[in-house]
Amino acid sequence: MWIYEKKLQYPVRVNKCDPRMAKYLIEQYGGADGELAAALRYLNQRYTLPEKVIGLVNDIGTEELSHLEMIATMVYKLTKDATAEQMKEAGLGAHYASHDKALFFNDASGNPFSATYFTAKGDPIADLYEDIAAEEKARATYQWLINMTDDTDLIDSLTFLREREIIHSQRFREAVEIIKEDQSTKKIF
Amino acid sequence: MYTYRKYYRPYIGPFDPCPPLPYRSYETPPQLYLGFQPYNLPQNSPQDALRTGTLWPDLFAPYPNPYKVPTSEEGGEQD
Repeated sequence: MWIYEKKLQYPVRVNKCDPRMAKYLIEQYGGADGELAAALRYLNQRYTLPEKVIGLVNDIGTEELSHLEMIATMVYKLTKDATAEQMKEAGLGAHYASHDKALFFNDASGNPFSATYFTAKGDPIADLYEDIAAEEKARATYQWLINMTDDTDLIDSLTFLREREIIHSQRFREAVEIIKEDQSTKKIF
Repeated sequence: MYTYRKYYRPYIGPFDPCPPLPYRSYETPPQLYLGFQPYNLPQNSPQDALRTGTLWPDLFAPYPNPYKVPTSEEGGEQD
Protein backbone atom coordinates (compact mmCIF):
# COMPACT_ATOMS: atom_id res chain seq x y z
CA MET A 1 0.00 0.00 0.00
CA TRP A 2 1.01 3.58 -0.40
CA ILE A 3 0.68 6.70 1.69
CA TYR A 4 -0.11 9.76 -0.39
CA GLU A 5 1.37 13.11 0.39
CA LYS A 6 -0.70 15.84 -1.19
CA LYS A 7 2.09 17.85 -2.74
CA LEU A 8 4.49 17.56 -5.62
CA GLN A 9 7.96 16.15 -5.12
CA TYR A 10 9.36 19.38 -6.57
CA PRO A 11 7.46 22.58 -7.40
CA VAL A 12 6.18 22.95 -10.94
CA ARG A 13 5.82 26.45 -12.32
CA VAL A 14 5.22 27.50 -15.88
CA ASN A 15 5.77 31.11 -16.90
CA LYS A 16 4.97 31.01 -20.60
CA CYS A 17 1.74 30.16 -22.42
CA ASP A 18 3.04 27.40 -24.69
CA PRO A 19 0.57 24.59 -25.40
CA ARG A 20 2.95 23.18 -27.99
CA MET A 21 5.40 22.32 -25.22
CA ALA A 22 2.62 20.28 -23.59
CA LYS A 23 2.50 18.17 -26.73
CA TYR A 24 6.21 17.42 -26.36
CA LEU A 25 6.08 16.91 -22.59
CA ILE A 26 3.41 14.23 -22.96
CA GLU A 27 6.25 12.02 -24.23
CA GLN A 28 7.36 11.69 -20.60
CA TYR A 29 3.77 10.96 -19.53
CA GLY A 30 2.73 8.12 -21.82
CA GLY A 31 5.80 7.57 -24.02
CA ALA A 32 8.11 4.58 -24.24
CA ASP A 33 10.69 6.02 -21.84
CA GLY A 34 8.19 8.01 -19.81
CA GLU A 35 7.39 8.01 -16.13
CA LEU A 36 4.38 5.70 -16.41
CA ALA A 37 6.43 3.03 -18.20
CA ALA A 38 9.17 3.45 -15.58
CA ALA A 39 6.83 3.17 -12.60
CA LEU A 40 5.04 0.12 -13.99
CA ARG A 41 8.29 -1.55 -14.99
CA TYR A 42 9.87 -1.29 -11.54
CA LEU A 43 6.76 -1.91 -9.48
CA ASN A 44 6.16 -5.07 -11.50
CA GLN A 45 9.75 -6.33 -11.48
CA ARG A 46 10.09 -5.99 -7.72
CA TYR A 47 8.35 -9.30 -7.02
CA THR A 48 10.89 -11.48 -8.75
CA LEU A 49 14.21 -9.72 -8.18
CA PRO A 50 16.70 -10.94 -5.54
CA GLU A 51 15.63 -9.84 -2.07
CA LYS A 52 18.54 -7.48 -1.59
CA VAL A 53 17.39 -5.10 -4.33
CA ILE A 54 13.58 -5.33 -4.03
CA GLY A 55 13.42 -2.38 -1.65
CA LEU A 56 15.38 -0.20 -4.04
CA VAL A 57 13.21 -1.05 -7.03
CA ASN A 58 10.08 -0.49 -4.95
CA ASP A 59 11.28 2.96 -3.84
CA ILE A 60 12.33 4.06 -7.31
CA GLY A 61 9.05 2.81 -8.82
CA THR A 62 7.19 4.84 -6.22
CA GLU A 63 9.24 7.95 -6.97
CA GLU A 64 8.43 7.57 -10.67
CA LEU A 65 4.75 7.99 -9.79
CA SER A 66 5.59 11.31 -8.17
CA HIS A 67 7.42 12.33 -11.35
CA LEU A 68 4.35 11.34 -13.35
CA GLU A 69 2.37 13.83 -11.26
CA MET A 70 4.86 16.57 -11.99
CA ILE A 71 4.65 15.98 -15.74
CA ALA A 72 0.86 15.89 -15.53
CA THR A 73 0.93 19.24 -13.71
CA MET A 74 3.12 20.78 -16.41
CA VAL A 75 0.86 19.53 -19.21
CA TYR A 76 -2.25 20.67 -17.36
CA LYS A 77 -0.89 24.15 -16.73
CA LEU A 78 0.28 24.57 -20.31
CA THR A 79 -3.11 23.65 -21.80
CA LYS A 80 -5.52 24.85 -19.09
CA ASP A 81 -6.43 28.15 -20.74
CA ALA A 82 -5.85 27.22 -24.36
CA THR A 83 -8.78 27.72 -26.73
CA ALA A 84 -9.74 25.07 -29.28
CA GLU A 85 -8.01 27.23 -31.88
CA GLN A 86 -4.80 27.39 -29.83
CA MET A 87 -4.89 23.63 -29.31
CA LYS A 88 -5.10 23.24 -33.09
CA GLU A 89 -2.22 25.63 -33.66
CA ALA A 90 -0.11 23.75 -31.11
CA GLY A 91 -0.56 20.49 -33.00
CA LEU A 92 -3.01 19.24 -30.38
CA GLY A 93 -6.08 19.35 -32.59
CA ALA A 94 -6.33 15.57 -32.80
CA HIS A 95 -5.91 15.33 -29.05
CA TYR A 96 -8.58 17.95 -28.50
CA ALA A 97 -11.02 16.19 -30.81
CA SER A 98 -10.78 13.05 -28.72
CA HIS A 99 -10.03 14.29 -25.20
CA ASP A 100 -10.71 18.02 -24.92
CA LYS A 101 -8.04 19.14 -22.38
CA ALA A 102 -8.04 15.85 -20.54
CA LEU A 103 -4.63 14.26 -20.17
CA PHE A 104 -4.14 10.95 -21.88
CA PHE A 105 -1.34 8.43 -21.82
CA ASN A 106 0.17 8.82 -25.23
CA ASP A 107 3.55 9.86 -26.59
CA ALA A 108 4.41 13.13 -28.31
CA SER A 109 3.25 11.71 -31.65
CA GLY A 110 -0.09 10.60 -30.21
CA ASN A 111 0.57 6.85 -29.99
CA PRO A 112 -1.32 5.43 -27.03
CA PHE A 113 0.63 3.95 -24.14
CA SER A 114 1.57 0.31 -24.47
CA ALA A 115 2.76 -2.29 -21.96
CA THR A 116 5.19 -3.45 -24.65
CA TYR A 117 7.32 -0.40 -23.77
CA PHE A 118 8.89 -2.40 -20.95
CA THR A 119 9.47 -5.98 -20.02
CA ALA A 120 10.06 -8.33 -17.13
CA LYS A 121 12.45 -11.03 -18.19
CA GLY A 122 12.80 -12.64 -14.79
CA ASP A 123 16.56 -12.64 -15.16
CA PRO A 124 17.88 -10.13 -12.60
CA ILE A 125 20.81 -8.96 -14.73
CA ALA A 126 18.65 -8.55 -17.83
CA ASP A 127 16.01 -6.68 -15.86
CA LEU A 128 18.39 -4.36 -14.02
CA TYR A 129 20.30 -3.59 -17.22
CA GLU A 130 17.00 -2.66 -18.84
CA ASP A 131 16.32 -0.39 -15.87
CA ILE A 132 19.68 1.36 -16.26
CA ALA A 133 19.04 1.86 -19.98
CA ALA A 134 15.54 3.17 -19.24
CA GLU A 135 16.93 5.76 -16.83
CA GLU A 136 19.51 6.92 -19.36
CA LYS A 137 16.83 7.19 -22.06
CA ALA A 138 14.59 9.19 -19.75
CA ARG A 139 17.55 11.44 -18.90
CA ALA A 140 18.14 12.00 -22.62
CA THR A 141 14.46 12.78 -23.18
CA TYR A 142 14.61 15.45 -20.47
CA GLN A 143 17.66 16.93 -22.19
CA TRP A 144 15.84 17.18 -25.52
CA LEU A 145 12.82 18.69 -23.78
CA ILE A 146 15.02 21.27 -22.02
CA ASN A 147 16.59 22.11 -25.39
CA MET A 148 13.17 22.90 -26.85
CA THR A 149 11.98 25.48 -24.31
CA ASP A 150 13.21 28.80 -22.95
CA ASP A 151 10.75 28.82 -20.05
CA THR A 152 13.16 29.06 -17.11
CA ASP A 153 10.63 27.77 -14.56
CA LEU A 154 9.86 24.75 -16.71
CA ILE A 155 13.58 24.15 -17.29
CA ASP A 156 14.09 24.27 -13.51
CA SER A 157 11.59 21.45 -12.89
CA LEU A 158 12.83 19.43 -15.87
CA THR A 159 16.41 19.76 -14.65
CA PHE A 160 15.35 18.36 -11.28
CA LEU A 161 13.69 15.40 -13.00
CA ARG A 162 16.78 14.82 -15.13
CA GLU A 163 18.98 14.75 -12.05
CA ARG A 164 16.69 12.14 -10.46
CA GLU A 165 17.24 9.92 -13.52
CA ILE A 166 20.98 10.18 -12.88
CA ILE A 167 20.52 9.11 -9.25
CA HIS A 168 18.25 6.23 -10.25
CA SER A 169 20.75 5.04 -12.83
CA GLN A 170 23.48 5.15 -10.16
CA ARG A 171 21.34 3.09 -7.77
CA PHE A 172 20.47 0.48 -10.41
CA ARG A 173 24.16 0.20 -11.25
CA GLU A 174 24.83 -0.41 -7.55
CA ALA A 175 22.03 -3.01 -7.50
CA VAL A 176 23.87 -4.90 -10.23
CA GLU A 177 27.04 -4.79 -8.13
CA ILE A 178 25.12 -6.07 -5.09
CA ILE A 179 23.69 -9.09 -6.86
CA LYS A 180 26.98 -9.83 -8.67
CA GLU A 181 28.76 -10.08 -5.36
CA ASP A 182 29.55 -13.52 -4.01
CA GLN A 183 26.93 -13.94 -1.30
CA SER A 184 29.09 -16.36 0.69
CA THR A 185 32.07 -14.01 0.93
CA LYS A 186 32.50 -12.65 4.41
CA LYS A 187 32.62 -8.88 4.32
CA ILE A 188 34.52 -6.88 6.88
CA PHE A 189 33.81 -3.16 7.13
CA MET B 1 38.25 14.58 -12.76
CA TYR B 2 35.96 14.25 -15.72
CA THR B 3 33.67 16.53 -17.69
CA TYR B 4 29.88 16.25 -17.87
CA ARG B 5 29.87 16.89 -21.59
CA LYS B 6 32.03 15.56 -24.40
CA TYR B 7 32.44 17.04 -27.86
CA TYR B 8 33.38 15.76 -31.24
CA ARG B 9 33.61 17.26 -34.69
CA PRO B 10 31.38 15.59 -37.24
CA TYR B 11 32.47 15.50 -40.85
CA ILE B 12 31.31 18.59 -42.72
CA GLY B 13 30.48 17.76 -46.32
CA PRO B 14 30.88 20.27 -49.15
CA PHE B 15 27.26 19.84 -50.21
CA ASP B 16 25.53 19.75 -46.80
CA PRO B 17 22.23 21.63 -47.20
CA CYS B 18 22.18 23.31 -43.78
CA PRO B 19 24.80 25.55 -42.16
CA PRO B 20 27.05 23.11 -40.30
CA LEU B 21 27.09 22.74 -36.53
CA PRO B 22 30.85 22.47 -35.99
CA TYR B 23 30.62 20.44 -32.81
CA ARG B 24 28.34 17.76 -31.56
CA SER B 25 28.08 17.05 -27.85
CA TYR B 26 26.85 14.30 -25.61
CA GLU B 27 26.45 14.02 -21.87
CA THR B 28 28.60 11.90 -19.58
CA PRO B 29 27.10 12.35 -16.11
CA PRO B 30 28.78 11.16 -12.89
CA GLN B 31 26.99 7.83 -12.49
CA LEU B 32 29.12 6.54 -15.37
CA TYR B 33 32.24 6.99 -13.26
CA LEU B 34 31.35 6.63 -9.59
CA GLY B 35 31.04 2.87 -9.26
CA PHE B 36 29.62 1.72 -5.94
CA GLN B 37 29.09 4.91 -3.98
CA PRO B 38 31.75 5.16 -1.23
CA TYR B 39 30.77 5.79 2.38
CA ASN B 40 30.88 9.29 3.90
CA LEU B 41 30.69 11.37 0.74
CA PRO B 42 29.88 15.05 1.41
CA GLN B 43 26.16 15.88 1.53
CA ASN B 44 24.14 18.88 0.39
CA SER B 45 22.07 20.88 2.84
CA PRO B 46 18.35 19.95 2.63
CA GLN B 47 17.71 23.17 0.65
CA ASP B 48 20.47 22.45 -1.84
CA ALA B 49 19.43 18.80 -2.05
CA LEU B 50 15.93 19.86 -3.14
CA ARG B 51 17.22 22.52 -5.50
CA THR B 52 19.75 20.26 -7.23
CA GLY B 53 17.72 17.06 -7.01
CA THR B 54 20.32 15.10 -5.06
CA LEU B 55 21.76 14.80 -1.59
CA TRP B 56 25.18 14.12 -3.08
CA PRO B 57 27.25 16.89 -4.72
CA ASP B 58 29.33 14.17 -6.35
CA LEU B 59 26.27 12.96 -8.24
CA PHE B 60 25.09 16.36 -9.43
CA ALA B 61 25.39 17.12 -13.13
CA PRO B 62 24.25 20.48 -14.50
CA TYR B 63 22.62 20.52 -17.91
CA PRO B 64 22.93 23.75 -19.89
CA ASN B 65 21.25 23.68 -23.30
CA PRO B 66 24.12 22.77 -25.66
CA TYR B 67 22.63 24.90 -28.45
CA LYS B 68 22.89 27.96 -26.22
CA VAL B 69 26.34 27.34 -24.74
CA PRO B 70 29.07 28.89 -26.87
CA THR B 71 31.01 25.95 -28.28
CA SER B 72 34.40 27.64 -28.27
CA GLU B 73 37.62 26.10 -29.50
CA GLU B 74 38.51 25.21 -25.88
CA GLY B 75 35.09 23.61 -25.47
CA GLY B 76 35.74 21.58 -28.56
CA GLU B 77 39.02 20.33 -27.22
CA GLN B 78 37.57 18.89 -24.03
CA ASP B 79 37.60 15.15 -23.76
